[in-house]
Amino acid sequence: MKFLRLMPGKGEVVLAEGDPQLSEDEERLIEEFRRQLDSGMWAAVPITEGASGRREAIMVQEFAEIPRDTERVIFFPRAAGG
Amino acid sequence: MSALAFVVLALVALALGGYVLSGELRGLYARRRRARAARQPQPRFDPGIERRAELKARALLRSIVNPEEWEMYRDLGFIRIVGRGPRGSGRASADPSGGLPPDGHFSYLIYPHKPIVAYLPGSNSLLSEYCVEFPDRSERLYGRRLPDSDDVLAKWMLIRADEETLLRGANMHLPGRQIDPQRVRRDLWRLAEWERARAGRAMPSEAGAA
Repeated sequence: MKFLRLMPGKGEVVLAEGDPQLSEDEERLIEEFRRQLDSGMWAAVPITEGASGRREAIMVQEFAEIPRDTERVIFFPRAAGG
Repeated sequence: MSALAFVVLALVALALGGYVLSGELRGLYARRRRARAARQPQPRFDPGIERRAELKARALLRSIVNPEEWEMYRDLGFIRIVGRGPRGSGRASADPSGGLPPDGHFSYLIYPHKPIVAYLPGSNSLLSEYCVEFPDRSERLYGRRLPDSDDVLAKWMLIRADEETLLRGANMHLPGRQIDPQRVRRDLWRLAEWERARAGRAMPSEAGAA
């Protein structure tokens, strides 16, 4: 699982990478996940719907909400009215 | 006063003046040295970095959205998404949609760094503009704006995942506030032509497969 953050002037930046099945990696990922949300980021997980094959996305607010087979979690700044 | 006394006096005055001046210069150099040491090295702005960031963002967008959406963005510069409305998000709601039909018979056009435009696909009637941005307040060197394709990706993910939050958080305006309605209608016409051409390309391959 990779944590990516969308950043001005850089595109996506890899924040953390690891296998959530391994407890050491999972702790690191949870810590980074909390740090990003505490710093005002939103987290989205790209998913593919099984039946239709359509690509969708879900927003997650807890590490436990991330589907186990997820490859990427995308962090991006919170939306504000423009 | 004799000439000798005058010369001696001039030499003494010159020596004193030189001593004072050298002290001032030493002080000036010392201050400059200290200021230079205290100054932090500033990262240099690289004009090519924006372009490289956009290329990365395009690759990421392509890997996440549906293939036809990516092709639409590549060819037309925007993505059309069919709305689900408040009912589609599966939550009770007062009316976060600002008057959008609740049955999801409307669509959005996502432009980079421009408002999201809601419209009725049948009549191409423009419904509203939703102004939303994703300012990164932690970034100082490159400003707050995400690369164009990252902005589109953030909007796409938010609409797909939580349309209601997007509609609630955005500033809603009547069509024409930021995007020229003529431009949107021209884009809708371009989209229709693009879809017709795409369907035409797909049909021979389907016939060949049959």
